[in-house]
Amino acid sequence: MKVTVDQDACTGSGQCVLIAPEVFDQRDTDGIVVLLSDSPDPLRHEDVREAARICPALAITLTQS
Amino acid sequence: MTEALSQALMFPMPRAAGCPFDPPPELSRRSEQEPVSRVRLWDGSSAWMVTRYADVRALLTDARISVDVAEPGFPHTNAVSKARDAQMKTLMQMDAPEHTTHRRRLTADFMVKKIEALRPTIQRIVDGLIDDLLAGPNPADLVEAFALPVPSLVICELLGVPYADRAFFQRVAGELVMDEGDPAHAMAASEELNAYLEELVDRKSAEPGDDVLSRLAVEQYRTGAMTRREIATMGQLLLVAGHDTTANMIALGTAVLLAHPRQLSAIRDAGDPAVVAGAVEELLRYLSITHTEARRVAREDLVIGGQPIRKGEGIIAVKSTANRDPAAFSDPDALDVHRNARHHVAFGYGAHQCLGQPLARVELQVVFGTLFRRIPTLAPAVPQEDLTFKPNAVFYGLRDLPVTW
Repeated sequence: MKVTVDQDACTGSGQCVLIAPEVFDQRDTDGIVVLLSDSPDPLRHEDVREAARICPALAITLTQS
Repeated sequence: MTEALSQALMFPMPRAAGCPFDPPPELSRRSEQEPVSRVRLWDGSSAWMVTRYADVRALLTDARISVDVAEPGFPHTNAVSKARDAQMKTLMQMDAPEHTTHRRRLTADFMVKKIEALRPTIQRIVDGLIDDLLAGPNPADLVEAFALPVPSLVICELLGVPYADRAFFQRVAGELVMDEGDPAHAMAASEELNAYLEELVDRKSAEPGDDVLSRLAVEQYRTGAMTRREIATMGQLLLVAGHDTTANMIALGTAVLLAHPRQLSAIRDAGDPAVVAGAVEELLRYLSITHTEARRVAREDLVIGGQPIRKGEGIIAVKSTANRDPAAFSDPDALDVHRNARHHVAFGYGAHQCLGQPLARVELQVVFGTLFRRIPTLAPAVPQEDLTFKPNAVFYGLRDLPVTW
């Protein structure tokens, strides 16, 4: 799984951080998404998929690596 | 014929007697049989109503819709909100790119880690109010003694309202959210609060602390990026959006749990904070208290759920039926604190999804994780049919909730 985030689209709702804190964080200056890992551990895939589905800004894209 | 019948229906619709926690039956029927349909509004205008989960999410992420209340055809909620919108434009009424600029001035303050750092303060506020409740008369009104002061005191902490001003702040906050009152009265309260907040911005600029108003005073006011009035307006938005909403969730959530004792004990006896967090998501989904729903206007022609909508027509995205859509939630009318409800749209969806949601979540987690544990014998002091709900308020809730223990 390959994860990309769109920081321009991000609205800082923080839901990805709540669901998958090992993969997503928020930038201290403005709360915008920061990717901690673009190829997360398979154990995290289900959470990452949920975070992408829930994101209100459609800012998380998943592709097969 | 169908069109004529649909036109005659008023939004909002009445809830069924004896089912105060469920959406109005006519709304559920529409969601099932006629998911995008016309409704009539308080001022005689009409709008489209979008009721299903997938359609609501598609609509709220569509760049062809607008939240600009000045657009002709915008479906205003009521006379008070129309008057307030005309007087005061906040980021809730701005489209991108203006909205993005304004929202990003606040997103850092509501970051998950920033709000998590407030959890001990919120716990202290909740414990203090429960101490006072237990020391006071029994039975008591949980709305006045607990549901209203929790978010009000938390917002004071967040904004940096000094202790000496908190009684004033709570009074004005209460007047501001009187839904069925005179618009002029609410506007006067709004003006009183704006004047107070402007003066507070000056004080924060002179002596900054660790709070939202201080940060805005230093970063935006001192640099000339924002005026005092603009910062005051932002502070007022945070109050309006974060006070009555959370207060209603606390009161209504407590009432629905008291009516579902097995669900309540699952929360009370949970040793795991994740269970309480999951329960909060389910309560948000099940109750969907923002029952005046998300209002938009079409900037261009578009098609939603197969229904063409013309430029300039008003649209209401109905989150309460989306949150009861069987395509998104199995057995949607059952309250089940163990289900995964995190994909609900109680906070809205799209660029305008609630900015304060991390704060609301932590407040509700602390409240529901503490209240029943500290008062295990908490019980309604009157039968449910004697409770007074708020069918015509901007946010659904309870006027009072007499409880005993």
